[in-house]
Amino acid sequence: MALVPHPPIRDDAITGREASSLPPIDPMTSEGRMSIAPIAAATEQFRLTPGSRADLVVASLEGVNKNYGEVRALHGVNFGVRAGEVVALLGPNGAGKTTAVKLLLGLMPPNAGRVRVFGGDPVNPENRLRTGAMLQVGRVPETLRVREHIDLFSTYYQRHMPATEVMAAAGLEKLSDRKFGDLSGGQKQRVLFALAICGDPDLLFLDEPTVGLDVEARRLLWEEIRRMVQRGKTVLLTTHYLQEADALADRIAVINKGEIIAVGTPAEIKAKTSGKRIRCITRLGLAELREIPGVSAAKQDREAVEIHAPEAEPVLRELLARDLSLSGLEVTSAGLEEAFLALTQDNSGNARQLN
Amino acid sequence: MSTATLAVTRTRIQRSPEHTAAIYWKEAKYEFLKNLRLRMYTASVLSFPIMFYVLFGLVLNSKEAIAGTPVPTYLIATYGTFGVMGASLFGTAAGLASDRGLGWLQVKRASPMPPFAYFAAKVVVSMTFSAVIVLALFALGIGFGHVQITNAHQLAKAVQLLGILVAGSLPFSAMGLAVGYFTGPNSAPATINLIYLPMSFCSGLWVPFMFLPKVVRHIALALPPYHLSQLALGVVGAGTHESNAAHWEVLLAFTMICLGIARIGFQRDQEKMYG
Repeated sequence: MALVPHPPIRDDAITGREASSLPPIDPMTSEGRMSIAPIAAATEQFRLTPGSRADLVVASLEGVNKNYGEVRALHGVNFGVRAGEVVALLGPNGAGKTTAVKLLLGLMPPNAGRVRVFGGDPVNPENRLRTGAMLQVGRVPETLRVREHIDLFSTYYQRHMPATEVMAAAGLEKLSDRKFGDLSGGQKQRVLFALAICGDPDLLFLDEPTVGLDVEARRLLWEEIRRMVQRGKTVLLTTHYLQEADALADRIAVINKGEIIAVGTPAEIKAKTSGKRIRCITRLGLAELREIPGVSAAKQDREAVEIHAPEAEPVLRELLARDLSLSGLEVTSAGLEEAFLALTQDNSGNARQLN
Repeated sequence: MSTATLAVTRTRIQRSPEHTAAIYWKEAKYEFLKNLRLRMYTASVLSFPIMFYVLFGLVLNSKEAIAGTPVPTYLIATYGTFGVMGASLFGTAAGLASDRGLGWLQVKRASPMPPFAYFAAKVVVSMTFSAVIVLALFALGIGFGHVQITNAHQLAKAVQLLGILVAGSLPFSAMGLAVGYFTGPNSAPATINLIYLPMSFCSGLWVPFMFLPKVVRHIALALPPYHLSQLALGVVGAGTHESNAAHWEVLLAFTMICLGIARIGFQRDQEKMYG
């Protein structure tokens, strides 16, 4: 099974109606470690997170442009990762996330600006001893066994985790002798994860680590990533799953069309919109719904409608008054999806600061 | 806000010789196992020269001679060349095109793997498979074709033939690298076939050289397989008696050109976007 990038799962399938089945907030992750430092000056994009060593930027893009021919993949990107923190680069497909990771890995040079990893050029081979990368791969050699892949990659590093420990950390204990081609999609991703961690690196790059995985496999990989973080690794992960950024990251940088449009903790980014989402089955038409005061958006979702509003109560009063036959009512908090849409659809297109 | 930056100079990774050797060994070992377990690769690369040899050298014509050399012996040189060429081309080009186009090579480049180890492994594995093919032809020839390796002189010739053919894997591995850098993962096998089958025919690897039309014989002078096969035939006494040095020079020049092309491809790849 080829590991081609999978079209993104509709976020309302995860963040909307299943909000109640989300895992409880872990005090070790984003919510518990909310930044309390005051927002710095407008041009300042690096902010302190308790628990990270603010004096040590391990990887950064400074004023970076990257073009593929005529296509502007990255433009004016300023972005840094500090020792010990987890940063998520969040954006839709084609936003430039993978390009940013490839620049940080030294796989290609920027057209302008500077890329720094451990204070030096990312192409420096010594840096690669301290980094591990999980990239999106179309095809991995299928006739090699899991333990053979891990053995080979481990040998590249000066010091590496013992194979049994790597396989335990990636949940591959029972699959050691299996050929790569015989694995399921989730298992293949875990092998790629194992290759990223086998050298016990200080800095981990994870490019869309859970793309194409089902919910269960995704949760498993998140746990494995969290365990790496608890060991003190620095992680830069890219994703278009908002829930993933929220679950794993200390800081999120939102990127769209090659530009960073916002940086903040998950709570700050979520705070961009604090609206509600109302779902119900009603005989009222969309046009009529949109005219109700307080409704910011309304759309059809199969047999029901989905209404977005900053406050639910006034809208609910109107709805229930106008349609006595209304049924299937659900009211949930607007999730990161709304914040994301609000940020990426911003017409100004310039790097925005949260205030 | 000040950032403490570490002064890191751009250096090679300092590794002990044992560690470096271990990396090169494992890279080659796993490349070999990977190819060996690929039925498609092993089957086509090993079986074609063997099949042709059995058919044209053992079943038919086994009592005949070409230019004074018994057919089973003559065909070891020509089908040996053919087999070496196929093993080297498919071993390097197809794997490289696939690794490049589908992102696996990037994962390896992002790791501390010394880049040269990747290419060295592919070349070594091509040479290994080449040796296997030639030895298989020897075995068949001795077993069924009355090829004689009974005294020290004949053994020395056999070793020399093996050496020449295995060394001949290098130009074709270089060619494979050049092709692999400029083809996509799906088109690589077809491209290789399009190049190497006509090349083999025109070089006299199937129809013996002296029976080819004059025009084709002229074309052959520009083709590396012709030169390799002439070196091999020279060992068994059936060459056209041109100087060996000329053949080696052509092969060397060809290797250099291919490596140059591969290097251009390597640098071009730094800029390309992968799917």
